[in-house]
Amino acid sequence: MREVAIVGAGMTRFGELWDSSLRDLFVEAASAALQSAGADHLDSIYVGNMAGGQFVGQEHIGPLCADHFGMAGVAATRVESACASGGAALRAAYLEVASGASDLVLAAGIEKMNDGADVTEVLATASDQETEVYHGITFPGLYAMIARAHMTAFGTTEEDMSWVSVKNHRHGAMNPNAQFRREVTVDEVMASSIVAEPLRLLHCSPVTDGGAAVLLCPLSEAKKYTDRPVKILGSGMATGTLALADRANPAVLDSVQLAAERACKEAGVGPGDIDVAEVHDCFSIAEICCIEAIGLVDRGQGGSAARSGMTALGGKVPINTSGGLKSKGHPVGTTGVAQAIEIFEQLRGDAGDRQVRDARTGLTQNMGGSGASSVVHIFERGF
Amino acid sequence: MPSPRYTREIPNRYRLEAARCKGCDKLVFPARRVCPGCRGTEFETTELSRSGKVVTSTVIHVPPTDFLREAPYAMAIVETPEGARLMAQVVDCDPSSVLPGMEVALEFRLLRREGLSGILCYGHKGVPVT
Repeated sequence: MREVAIVGAGMTRFGELWDSSLRDLFVEAASAALQSAGADHLDSIYVGNMAGGQFVGQEHIGPLCADHFGMAGVAATRVESACASGGAALRAAYLEVASGASDLVLAAGIEKMNDGADVTEVLATASDQETEVYHGITFPGLYAMIARAHMTAFGTTEEDMSWVSVKNHRHGAMNPNAQFRREVTVDEVMASSIVAEPLRLLHCSPVTDGGAAVLLCPLSEAKKYTDRPVKILGSGMATGTLALADRANPAVLDSVQLAAERACKEAGVGPGDIDVAEVHDCFSIAEICCIEAIGLVDRGQGGSAARSGMTALGGKVPINTSGGLKSKGHPVGTTGVAQAIEIFEQLRGDAGDRQVRDARTGLTQNMGGSGASSVVHIFERGF
Repeated sequence: MPSPRYTREIPNRYRLEAARCKGCDKLVFPARRVCPGCRGTEFETTELSRSGKVVTSTVIHVPPTDFLREAPYAMAIVETPEGARLMAQVVDCDPSSVLPGMEVALEFRLLRREGLSGILCYGHKGVPVT
């Protein structure tokens, strides 16, 4: 396997982008990624997209993207793993470059959620249609069940979850691409409307349009495109049971732990080596469970991490400096790639007010469904 | 939605039929073709008890379209005495009272009418045991 680097990145603003279609989101992000690296061609394209067929009635997204980017002819494949589609696309691109099959590959993620589809019903298709959705569960409902299980097992509180939202909004307020660039207080979170007990509106990530793209090449060729490449040290993916009811402990995300272990093993690093991480806070409880599963905190200790400042900018391991899914926004198939862009910027020293000082090693963790799939990548400054 | 999808599910939805793996004795609900415990493919059919205990729960305040008129409603993962776990609504009580540890009976109920054709969707709901 060859060593692989990210040499360019581009993304759209995240939000309700009424003037952009699904294809526009790809073209804007991909153009910015190629331009940032001075690249004028591609060998291959992977596009993470969860539900184009349901959100806008569009399948066959690989050729759509290549065609509208003026690159009809180039190999292009849509990759789907629900909300982990972006991470899975990055992993496919990484493996294609690492294998030696291609030298310049774009990993993108796109999702257009604000074109009139019933978002709650589309997202629910990432859970088990026959045993879960049939009975009336929603995605916030599944994470609410995870939250209640975590509260019962470890004493985690609604206020603990609220601090995750407060922290991530504080970070996101400094991100020019974030959907909600404003801070919220614990009182505001705790007073927001109830979606699925015990989760409130401000414990939930928003409905977002957005695109993101990163450009990958062999590390040995990275200097052709940038003097500050970021190396991909490891990539891990794992699955878990599709239905929450089939997990021995609904408060534990086994797929996240497995994916992190695999990525760490390949990278030759441990959780203690991570300087900055983007994790999948689709709901505030998810950040708590994910940092436990990755090993950034001990099991059961995730609840206090945001409140204590450990995972805030300036803390021991800043988590979701981009604002996370909560504040930056969560265009579902895009998120995994956008997470990689935040770490790319952090390790290059380009994160502005959100910069983690001397960040050398970063991690992204992207998750599908109620944790049925997870992708983890580990990155290192390559210059 | 075509009706074969519903007839296929009758054994588990109407009769709570589960499968016990002949290789490792694991109880699988609904039945599958491959055992998630040992990858065995030989099973015998068994019916679940119509009772169980709440493992975790929530109250849905923002429902899917088909359940609009029912919100807020409680949902729980219920574990039967045989160790099978299933997702179910818990009804005939204050939804906020449905918490881990609650004992429920599983009763056969209408869940919803789906789509323009109004297909009747049946299944089991939990009812607190008093």
